[in-house]
Amino acid sequence: MSMMTYAQAACAALAEAMRADPAVVALGEDLGRGGVFGQYRGLAEEFGAARVIDTPISEANIMGAAVGMALAGLRPVVEMRVIDFALCAIDEIVNQAAKNRFMFGGQGRVPLVARMPIGIWSASAAQHSQSLEAWFAHMPGLVVVTPATPQDNHGLLKTALACGDPVVYMEHKELWGAQGEVDAAQNIPLGQASVLTEGSDLTIVTWSRGVAACRQALALPVLGGIHAELIDLRTLWPWDRATVFRSAAKTGRLLVVHEAVQVAGFGAEVAASAAQETGCRIRRLGAPRIPVGYSQVLENESRLAPEKIAAEVQALLAQPR
Amino acid sequence: MNNERLLELYRLMQRIRAFEDAAETASQGGVAAWGLAASAKPALVRGPLHLSTGQEAVAAAVCSHLERRDLLTSTHRGHGHTLAKGADPARMMCELFGRATGYNQGKGGSMHIADFSVGMLGANGVVAAGIPIATGAAHALKVRGLPQIVACFFGDGAANRGPFLEGLNWAQVYRLPVLFVCEDNRISATTPTDAMTAGEGVSARARALGLPSLKVDGNDVEAVHEAAARLVAEVRAGSGPRLLHAVTYRIKGHVSVDPGSYRDPDEVAAAMEADPLRLAAARLLERGVSQAEIDRIVEAARAEIAHALEVAEAAPWPEAGAAYEQVQNTGAGVWR
Ligand SMILES: Cc1ncc(C[n+]2csc(CCOP(=O)(O)OP(=O)(O)O)c2C)c(N)n1
Repeated sequence: MSMMTYAQAACAALAEAMRADPAVVALGEDLGRGGVFGQYRGLAEEFGAARVIDTPISEANIMGAAVGMALAGLRPVVEMRVIDFALCAIDEIVNQAAKNRFMFGGQGRVPLVARMPIGIWSASAAQHSQSLEAWFAHMPGLVVVTPATPQDNHGLLKTALACGDPVVYMEHKELWGAQGEVDAAQNIPLGQASVLTEGSDLTIVTWSRGVAACRQALALPVLGGIHAELIDLRTLWPWDRATVFRSAAKTGRLLVVHEAVQVAGFGAEVAASAAQETGCRIRRLGAPRIPVGYSQVLENESRLAPEKIAAEVQALLAQPR
Repeated sequence: MNNERLLELYRLMQRIRAFEDAAETASQGGVAAWGLAASAKPALVRGPLHLSTGQEAVAAAVCSHLERRDLLTSTHRGHGHTLAKGADPARMMCELFGRATGYNQGKGGSMHIADFSVGMLGANGVVAAGIPIATGAAHALKVRGLPQIVACFFGDGAANRGPFLEGLNWAQVYRLPVLFVCEDNRISATTPTDAMTAGEGVSARARALGLPSLKVDGNDVEAVHEAAARLVAEVRAGSGPRLLHAVTYRIKGHVSVDPGSYRDPDEVAAAMEADPLRLAAARLLERGVSQAEIDRIVEAARAEIAHALEVAEAAPWPEAGAAYEQVQNTGAGVWR
């Protein structure tokens, strides 16, 4: 066990995978300098420019080339800097990477990990702060991962690298500096949620930055005495339906919380599935359907504030089971 | 170039420099009014701030050929272009401060600075995204039979994205009135361009599409002025798109919090020597303009920007409800 930041944990996991398998390479802008958030720090020094590949600003080609590399025997890790720029490579990830295996009858495999940091990055405005996980979860062929802690970022990145299919790997920009204990030996399978607190009053399902926001909400005095079962989904595809349904059936109430825009968000998928399966009471909390504004006043409207979460918890508890 | 013209360009460059310096100080939390000690105030400009310090000659000289009604698209490094197109520094500063009185009502900030009233269609957070937009705007001007032209600023790094090729090809196919301006500061974020761009760069790529181009020393405001004069005249005459490749230098880091320490110190020192403001001042002195006159210009620029800072600091914040406005109009009710 050692203390690491979320960024260091990802870096350590990638280094470990690169040491174990010469087919693992990383490509993207400014990777040789350690990446925008230091999540590749030291890798160029250890593995050289042939395996930590600095690329031109050419997102479509970075992603498309990674598909080609994967088909030709490498296991590329693709860096998109922020998910907003991954939209410059949307054909390559959606029409090419995601469809290849199926469309060619299983002849090809595309084992790539596309890292697309999500979330509000303070004062970075509308084109650098989006949480687009639902877009990718909607796409057959893609695995979608949203780690919330250093431990999960370590374990899930290694699992993603071992997965034979394209993985869209979404770190949150405000978590890079988060510290935590990391057990490098811990294996975290895809599709396994983690139950962070057990409770009987209601179930809260969240992921990524939502985990910390929900923990803060649950610590607010207004929620004193409430026993919530807090679940971090960790992967959105495949998602851990069994854990969520079991919990929702037990508590009879489900709140889904995410930073992404609420309308047509992944919370809708979780809520609808749980309603159908368990008949539980449901509420959702996401951002209003507005672009993220620059000014703090405007940005706050898109943020997951603990108070907003607490209000949803109270509203849900006010409903009869 | 006569002294009057050079003085005018020098005034504009000093204004841009003063704006960048002030914005930088405000992003570090100090009071930017020169002469006052930085206080322990919280940062008045938050978030990524891409300064165009050192690149002023390109913005000033190119825009000096544009009329108010001409259009302009910019990059993430857009303060200089916006000022040169005629925007009000106080309203720009309000935007950087996130205030309701800013050009974008606090919604966009530095990276999205825009003043549509002077034809400045916006700075952009996505590299190369302005190129197709400029091309489309030029297409619209042509379809509508309007006499204006479009200037499209982009960085050297942007030339490696598809929209560069797609936009230039499109503009050439339809003979559109657009001047593409590559503001080549020789680096993209932390990566030197020559390590990432094959061939001879943007001019060669433009040539391959049949699009005439000129390459100039982007720190020499007179040289940029002269080259831009020729190209703008050709674009105005309906000859189709043109490209100006101006080689300059980014004196500061990529964003204000970046010390730029990945660069060779000798290279930075040489760039400071070749600072376009220094070159222009030396030329003015050579031509008989007095040091006192130059000092007055610098003082006037700083005073104007100090005023902009005061205006911005006193300006009101947006109402939270503004976050829900201007998203779209469907005609139906909006449910959040
Ligand atoms: C599509 C896209 N990819 C990456 C980025 C991140 N980024 C912002 S500025 C920049 C460097 C741009 O270099 P250049 O075009 O030369 O302009 P400069 O910053 O040098 O003015 C990068 C990579 C981005 N904003 N958009």
